Amino acid sequence: MIVEMDVQNDNQKVVVMIRGEIDIYTAPKLKETLFQIVENGAEEIIVNLSDVTYLDSAGLGVFVGTYKMICSRKGKFELVGLSKRMQRLFDITGLADIIQITSDLKGEV
Amino acid sequence: MDNKENIEKVYRLALANFVKERANGELGHRDIREMLMGNGISIKEMVAWHKGYLTDEYPDMDRGLLNSLDFLMEMLKGFEVDYFETQMLRQWYAELQAEIEIAASVQNVLLDMKVPTISGFEIGAISIPAHHVNGDYYHFYKEKDGYFRVMIADVIGKGIPAALCMTLIKYGVENIEEHYVSPHIVMERLNDFIEKHVDCSMFISMLYGSYNPKTHMFSFVSAGHEPGLFYSHQQGCFSEMYAKGLLLGVDQNTVYKEYTKRVEVGDWIVLLSDGVTECKTENGFVERDYVVNLIQSNLHLHPQQMVEEVYRHLEELQHFHLHDDFTLIALKRVK
Repeated sequence: MIVEMDVQNDNQKVVVMIRGEIDIYTAPKLKETLFQIVENGAEEIIVNLSDVTYLDSAGLGVFVGTYKMICSRKGKFELVGLSKRMQRLFDITGLADIIQITSDLKGEV
Repeated sequence: MDNKENIEKVYRLALANFVKERANGELGHRDIREMLMGNGISIKEMVAWHKGYLTDEYPDMDRGLLNSLDFLMEMLKGFEVDYFETQMLRQWYAELQAEIEIAASVQNVLLDMKVPTISGFEIGAISIPAHHVNGDYYHFYKEKDGYFRVMIADVIGKGIPAALCMTLIKYGVENIEEHYVSPHIVMERLNDFIEKHVDCSMFISMLYGSYNPKTHMFSFVSAGHEPGLFYSHQQGCFSEMYAKGLLLGVDQNTVYKEYTKRVEVGDWIVLLSDGVTECKTENGFVERDYVVNLIQSNLHLHPQQMVEEVYRHLEELQHFHLHDDFTLIALKRVK
């Protein structure tokens, strides 16, 4: 039930590295961080999940919310470093068709 | 004499008894502590009474010893704040638990999940919340002449907000579904309803299907829901009921594709929420194949017994602590 986030800014592109578990207990903290990044005017957000050990529907809800928020401001949102289990979750929910997801580790600023 | 004076009297009497005889008198330590705390006596007041007793009983006492009690009082002030905060938290928690239990009772009445009797089918269903209130929902709509519809839904999220959202979904579906309205139309109308009326941070996964007794075809759509399972009696194995579609509430303009499956006598349709396939044990996640094998090993049972047995097994694997709401529906065509 611990999550840590490193946020790196490069102009209007922000890379967020997440470590730990994203569940009902840690999702609010993640939501607050991502939403604030959008509010601050980021044009592109890349979230790296390669060090995330667990992601459930609460985390999914945060990413969907962030995606909708940044899209309404004509921004871009991308998820990278998904495990096979996470990829399946995004495939089943149809989110893989609307949110850009890449399995290559990417996102160095 | 006011209440505080009475309490001071009791305190000094108990202290005198203890000092002289190391006895508690009529009241034990715990009773006196509860009396002091229950009447909101501060540490400052208690130390003042203590000093008053020592001054009266031991007039030749070293003043330094009395002053040391003031120091002790300063140290204990932090504990006093923590105690009252703990009491307030305990009371708040008890009130919250009571509200949750009321919400769960109300939800049970409103959602009223039932399994109907449908000609030609045996049906089983189980839905167990991980906490007090359920974010999963299933619904049957029995139409005339053997037609029926079935729905399973899961709100993304847990707890009371998810449960309240599900209650809204129930009434949305019941107002939208009608005989001869295709499942994909029902899903698209529901998506539109959710996008407009449900909190923008709530999303719902759903699988909705309709059975035609004349053609024996089961037509279904999925909005990002865990794929169902289809057991072919002839082939003796399960296959995934593949159906692609976006979660409800994400995009108002989503179009849902309808899929079909012919159901022969002896075939099973199994619908489930991700609480079934996302069982988390100390050794990691239970894989979907494990769940499929578990279900297949219990197909000799009536569908209701099968779903209950699968639940019992998976609950035990999780040491009787569900990680997510658990819903499992099984329909077997028997004639």
